[in-house]
Amino acid sequence: MLTLYSSPRLLSVVRGTVERLTEYLGFPITEARSITRAVDEALTNIVRHSYRNLPGQPITMCFRRARRRRQCEEGKSGLEILLYDRGPAVDPSKFRGRRLEEIRPGGLGLYFIRQAMDIVEFSRNSATNRLRLVKYLARPTQRCVSEKTL
Amino acid sequence: MKISTRRLDKTTIFDVSGDIDFANSSEVRRSVLREIQEAHTPRLLLNLRQVRYIDSSGVASLVEGLKASRDLGSRFILIGLSASAREVLQLSHLLKVFEIYENEEQAMAS
Repeated sequence: MLTLYSSPRLLSVVRGTVERLTEYLGFPITEARSITRAVDEALTNIVRHSYRNLPGQPITMCFRRARRRRQCEEGKSGLEILLYDRGPAVDPSKFRGRRLEEIRPGGLGLYFIRQAMDIVEFSRNSATNRLRLVKYLARPTQRCVSEKTL
Repeated sequence: MKISTRRLDKTTIFDVSGDIDFANSSEVRRSVLREIQEAHTPRLLLNLRQVRYIDSSGVASLVEGLKASRDLGSRFILIGLSASAREVLQLSHLLKVFEIYENEEQAMAS
């Protein structure tokens, strides 16, 4: 668990941590970069939107191994990242990101998060926002597929 | 992040180093827009060879620079993209929108 305070200057520190963690867990370098990008964008959103750039507000990050629940993919692990903040409730309709057809600045952060992660879940409980991000390690699922085929 | 500026003929070159993220992307945006809108540079090269990371606010700053240059009829060129910078532009479907060259020589000759 990592507790930090809302400050754009801390983003690079967290990126360094997440990139090394994902590499240690065995993610390929491109996926390590995309997971790092997703966490960076999620933190930026908390600083910018949840806390409206107010410095010194608490953000808690939890990292733990994720395991798939489906039987045929048993043992397939990954990384689960939980981000907690105590900003105001977020309107779920604003949690979709935007389409990319139009060339314009802004709105890309959520798109990057969704592109990078297998699971993106937002919830709120007791005045706390929780963002759950999960990325599984990609492994061949031939056995699983062949069992279904047979 | 650091930005240094060079001028060659009718070209302005910004050499950027470090990460471009929410903490500093506004600085990139300001520098680029000032050069395009106030200095009326006909050709602006953004050298990203020493940039390891660009976040969505950094991409937004690049898009603003591109739009401003198009509005004023100047050229906005990116050079020396790292793998990470290339990935983020590809992910944003912007890789073919920007004018991109491997290095300064190619960009100056274009």
